[in-house]
Amino acid sequence: MRIVIIGAGVIGLATAWRTAAGGAAVTLVDPAPASGASSVAAGMLTPVSELTYGEEPLLRLGLASRDRYGAFAAELEELTGLDTGYRTDGIIEVAFDSDDLKHLDDLRRFQESLGIPVEALTGRECRKQEPMLAPGVRGGLLAPADGSIDPRRLAPALLAACERLGVRLVRRRAARIVAEHDAAAGVGLDDGTVLPADRVLIAAGPWSGDLEGLPPGTVPPVRPVKGQVIRLRTRTPFIRRSTRGLVRGSSVYLVPRADGEIVLGATQEELGFDTRVTAGGLWELLRDARELLPGITELEFAEVTAGLRPGSPDNAPVMGPTAMPGLFAGTGHFRNGILLTPVSADILSAMLLDGPVPEVAGAFAPGRFATEVRA
Amino acid sequence: MEKLVIAGEELDSRLIMGTGGAPSMQVLREALTASGTALTTVAMRRVDPSARGSVLDVLAECGIRVLPNTAGCFTAGEAVLTAKLAREALGTNWVKLEVIADEHTLLPDPIELVEAAEQLVGDGFTVLPYTSDDPVLAHRLEQIGCAAVMPLGSPIGSGLGIRNPHNIELIVERANVPVILDAGLGTASDAALAMELGCDAVLLATAVTRARHPARMASAMRHAVEGGRLARLAGRIPKRRYAQASSPFEGLATS
Repeated sequence: MRIVIIGAGVIGLATAWRTAAGGAAVTLVDPAPASGASSVAAGMLTPVSELTYGEEPLLRLGLASRDRYGAFAAELEELTGLDTGYRTDGIIEVAFDSDDLKHLDDLRRFQESLGIPVEALTGRECRKQEPMLAPGVRGGLLAPADGSIDPRRLAPALLAACERLGVRLVRRRAARIVAEHDAAAGVGLDDGTVLPADRVLIAAGPWSGDLEGLPPGTVPPVRPVKGQVIRLRTRTPFIRRSTRGLVRGSSVYLVPRADGEIVLGATQEELGFDTRVTAGGLWELLRDARELLPGITELEFAEVTAGLRPGSPDNAPVMGPTAMPGLFAGTGHFRNGILLTPVSADILSAMLLDGPVPEVAGAFAPGRFATEVRA
Repeated sequence: MEKLVIAGEELDSRLIMGTGGAPSMQVLREALTASGTALTTVAMRRVDPSARGSVLDVLAECGIRVLPNTAGCFTAGEAVLTAKLAREALGTNWVKLEVIADEHTLLPDPIELVEAAEQLVGDGFTVLPYTSDDPVLAHRLEQIGCAAVMPLGSPIGSGLGIRNPHNIELIVERANVPVILDAGLGTASDAALAMELGCDAVLLATAVTRARHPARMASAMRHAVEGGRLARLAGRIPKRRYAQASSPFEGLATS
């Protein structure tokens, strides 16, 4: 079976790897593999602290992916000999003032109602866990099973795994879907070449709707949601584990790496395909981070980047066969792309190979928006 | 029921919605639909009108008129510039004018607000200013030529409800333009109270978008606004110290 995957971000790469491992001839099309949101993201693996009312199916998908991550990363590291920076030391989420604490309490009650183990901490307990936290921190939650991975290590490792398994990488832009008898039969590139395919997967993040030859509504609308991220560097230990804070209603996180890098993120902006870094964006991040961890001002400023999260109408990924036979979607992972990589690769490769699809995939079919679009 | 009229234009709902805080576009769409709103305000500094799939697309698909706002502006200069960019991008001269004094309270800066309102009215805008609950300031904004006044109930997003109902009544008594209670509402009874006090409409966002079930809360707000309006028109009874039986004691059968 010939499979063409459009987009070599973490979702496209991981799916290419798993699909090639299943025996298919896989071609990946991307002008710049592993360079999009995957290279900006902080890589927190935290289905629990990202929980939102009404998004319980997404929580279940996130938990499934988090629990799958250990084996996924181990297999990837063994195959490629590359480190992914995977860690499972938990995530602490703290409240800066009493309004923030009310919000966290609400979140904790919701988490507990869903049977998720979280540990409530007083302000002093938070500071025992993370001594650099500001003395005024009011309280927090510990999600002991959450963790993080370094997307800048994960994506190259996935690329190496694809190469090992003979995935063909075409560094060009996919321009159109080629159809025969209304079914997907290949991908046309920007230089006019056509890659014939039995099945095509669109995993092009916020660009997923840009292909020509797609009947309207085939791929649900996925929009870019900008995130600015700062990378800092420390020579002495600063925080032990990923730390999220709610600071006067605004959310900020810091993710430490073994090599002393600390990723500070992220803004959330609805500004189309804009990746400019702005003074205001950086100021908001630094302002909140300094309130939470006053010592942050001593750290070295290493880098600042902006990426585009692919946001679907309900914030959940869009995975599965589309209305066009042979054409599959694997996009819309929004804030959770890194977290959802293992389970998405399992789901999408199973679909592409006609294998048994994990049950948790049911809520994420591309067709779920069809009625709303007409209404 | 008589329709809300702002600057000569009829609106089919007295509930004006904001979009801030919605967890997803889908949830926002469901909430807006449930609210029955005809006018919804969007922060122009937080949206790119040319981007697809944005909140503006959601409003267009739902047939809801857009009211651009200048949220995030701290000076009259920024607010005027933002309003002009919005007019150019969206082709509307309506603007919800917001000039904020500080980030912690998000209270309006009255001096910058009056300055910006004056400039924008002079430039042909239909200005709906977000103001404090000061009756004098509200009156001045009307005198400048604003098409409505939008006093706050309490700080934006606080859910504290209407902290000074007396001031809202004073503003309503004196106003010859629509009074729209804007900001601070937490739940349906707050919206009903605003209407009972004589406000012409209510503007809210957080109370719906951050509720556990946004669409359900939107529906509650819609009913509360309608209920409060009807109660105002019906005329409430005076409050008494002692009970007054609702059915007469006279003429009861005696054995």
